[in-house]
Parts: sequence; structure tokens; C-alpha cells
Amino acid sequence: MAPPRDRRPGFSRRAQYGVFFGYILAIAGGVVGAVLLALSLLNPTGFSVARAAVAEVTAPVSSAVAVVVDSVSGIPDAIASWWDVHGKNAELTAQAARARPALVAGHLAQLENARLRRLLAVRDLDPAVVVTARIVSSSATSTRRYGLLNAGSWQGVREGQPVLGPEGLVGRVLETGPNTARVLLLTDPQSIVPVRRLRDGLPALAAGRGDGLVDIRVIDTDDAHFKAGDLFVTSGSGGIFGPGMLVARALRGGPETAPAKPFARPDSLDIVSVRHIYSPPLLPARAAVPGAAPLPSATATPPAP
Amino acid sequence: MPAAEPLFREPLPLGSARLLPWTTVMAGSLLTIVPVGATLSLLPPFGLLVLLSWRLLAPFAIRLWAPAALGLFDDIVSGQPIGSAMLLWTLAYFLVGAMEARSGLRDFWQNWAIAAAAIALCLIGGRLVATPLSAHVEVALGFQIMLSVLIFPAVAFLIGRVDARRAR
Repeated sequence: MAPPRDRRPGFSRRAQYGVFFGYILAIAGGVVGAVLLALSLLNPTGFSVARAAVAEVTAPVSSAVAVVVDSVSGIPDAIASWWDVHGKNAELTAQAARARPALVAGHLAQLENARLRRLLAVRDLDPAVVVTARIVSSSATSTRRYGLLNAGSWQGVREGQPVLGPEGLVGRVLETGPNTARVLLLTDPQSIVPVRRLRDGLPALAAGRGDGLVDIRVIDTDDAHFKAGDLFVTSGSGGIFGPGMLVARALRGGPETAPAKPFARPDSLDIVSVRHIYSPPLLPARAAVPGAAPLPSATATPPAP
Repeated sequence: MPAAEPLFREPLPLGSARLLPWTTVMAGSLLTIVPVGATLSLLPPFGLLVLLSWRLLAPFAIRLWAPAALGLFDDIVSGQPIGSAMLLWTLAYFLVGAMEARSGLRDFWQNWAIAAAAIALCLIGGRLVATPLSAHVEVALGFQIMLSVLIFPAVAFLIGRVDARRAR
């Protein structure tokens, strides 16, 4: 194919000016792009209105396609579940019988727990679910990791609220539109979640890596001795994420940092629940001791157990 | 008896013929709304692939200033920071123009090489502006570039078909 001769359109002044202004407009477009890029790097949620407006249109399409794909791909599973019904029935009955003592023990522990909590007058955490919704699409071409939620401010979703999947923490709400919200996934390179190790309560940070994993980083300077298989749950410190949500399992050991695989698998995002923002309970006000230094803050987080 | 296809069909009206390339690029950008929760950024940027196809196959179908406007739409649906595709797609357009000015008659392979250079420019540039340097996304980015370059001839073939219908 021969290169077009658009640079020298001939003797027509009009055509020459057309080419000239085409280049001027293109350069202007690039410069505007650079300025917008600088603005959006300084203020990442600055253009959320435009994104939300487009998402309002695309999210229903994604939802509809997802429903169709799910129902079609669910047919083989539905048929397969009829095989081995009797074997599975017997297995589940036996399992229920085995689990009954544990259930009773659990009930007793729950009763005792409630009694002790009343004694301590602990303010209960607010586990209320804001809304249950689906993550209908994700930023599949970008190196950032966002999900689009098909519920927004009309359903009560607000910026910053944690999003929890059936397996564990998914991320938190970044921007909201009327019926959609953008979720910063746990694995995004700019996501950081305060966690603690389930085994001993060691505080750490789970920072997204961008490749589907999170890096567990130690907060203290001492050696943390992460081991493969360590489980991490949210610590609740700093607010936003309430304590006790499953986050990730360490893949390899490491002295100060270890890669970990999130429990919520981002490639099979399903129904998720948006929770209220967690605010750490206030410490009981202490009587001021004369001569003592003033308390740093009444909203200081309680020490991790 | 069904009506036979007319031998000489009227060309598309001017408005539609100008709108069609824009529509195809925006449709390519909108492929990000497929309901998949992606762990890695492996989906090729189809909006860019369609734009480059138009640029290489039918250079006057999309005006020189259009990549900025189409890039703005791509930024809104792709999750990249607003402005990144506006800037990078315009740069890619100029890059293709510069390469074109230095190559005489181009064949399929040269077109592919030019497109590969433009795709790599846009994806690497997009990664640099969107994601902190400490992130571990290089392997996925390499695969995404490879996948996009490999899929480009298929997109160019489709756009060639659309262009044939458009200009007939």
C-alpha cells in the first residue's frame, strides 16, 4: 500500500489549511490529554462523574450478559448434580451427625460469649450489610484492578465502604454513581489493608501487587518470620475494614515481606456484600491525672490482642 | 424468490460513512464491559487495535484529531487515569505517520510491525502512568502486548471488511 499524500494536498489553499488545522487540533488534543492526565494523577477520583455516567449505561448490559452466561454455563452443573445424589445424601447425613456435638459446643460458647460481652459492656461491631450486589465487570485491559458494582448511592453505597465476598475481603468502594460503584480490588497496586496474622495476632499490611497476589509487609521493624500457609485477617485498626474478615494466605515464607494469595478469587467474583464503614470503638474516658501528659486521642485504636 | 443483491449498491451516506469508524473504535473500547472479573490485565485494548487498523488501512477514515476524543472515551471505560489514552493514542497516531513517511510501499508485514510498535508504546506508556513502578505487572503486561500484537491482523481483517462495505 502506497503512503497517502495528505501532507501536500496540492495548490488548493482550502485543502492546505484543512491539513494544517488538522495537525493543530491533533496536537491540541494531545496537550489536553496530558493536562487531564496530570489532573487525574493528582486527584484520582476527580472525573468520577463521567465514569459513573457511562457505567450507568454499561453496568445493566454487563449484568444481563452475566445472567445469560451464568444460566447457560449452569446447565451442565445442574445435570451433573443429579448423579451421585444418593451417595452425597448419605455423606451429608453422616457429616451432620458428626457435627452435632460441635454445634452444641458452639451454641454454649456463643451463650457464654454473649454473657461475657454484657458483663464487659463492649460496644458491638456493626455487621449490618448495606446492600448485596454483583461485581459485573472489571478493568481487564488496564494494569489497575477495579471492579464495577451494580449498586450505588441510591442503594446506600458510599465511598470507602468495605466490600466482602463469600470467601473473604474483595476490596473497598472508590467512587459511587446512582446505581453503580467502582471497587478498588484488594490486588490493586494502590490498595493497602491493615491485617493481622491469625496465629498470633502479629499486625501487618496487605498491599496489592497487581498480579493477583498481595504482599504481606511487617509493620514493626523486628523479624516477623512469615511462613507459607499463614492466614491473615483484617485487624480493624485504622477503621474502614472491620476486624476479622479473611484476607489472604501466605504462599511463601519471608522475614519481612511475603507474597500471599487472597481468599476472594477476583476471577470468579460473584455476589458480594457492601458493609458499613467500621469505626473503632472509643476507649472509655479516663479520669485525668493531675500532672500527666494529655491523652493523645480518644479515638486511638485498641492494641491488637 | 428473495430479492437479489444489487450489483452496484449505493455507497453509505456521508454522515454514516464518517460515523462508522468512530463507532467501531468505541465498540472496541467497550469490550471491557464483558462480565469477567479479571485477575490480570490480559485483555487486548481493542479500541486501540481498531483505531490502528483504520489508520493503516484507510488513513482518511478517522481524522487526525479524533484519537484524542476516542481516547477520552476509552479512558472513561477502561479504568486508566483520564487523559492517558488521549495522549498516548495521539502520540501513536503521529508515530504511525512518521513511520509511514519513511516507508515507501508498505506490505502486510510492515503494517504489522508499525502496529506492534504503536501497541507497545501505548500499553507500556499506560502502565507507567497508571501503576506505581513497584507493582509486579511486567509479566502480565508482556503477555498483554504479545496477545494484542498477535490478534491485530484479525482485527485489521475485520476492519478491512467493514471498510469495504463502507466505501462500496
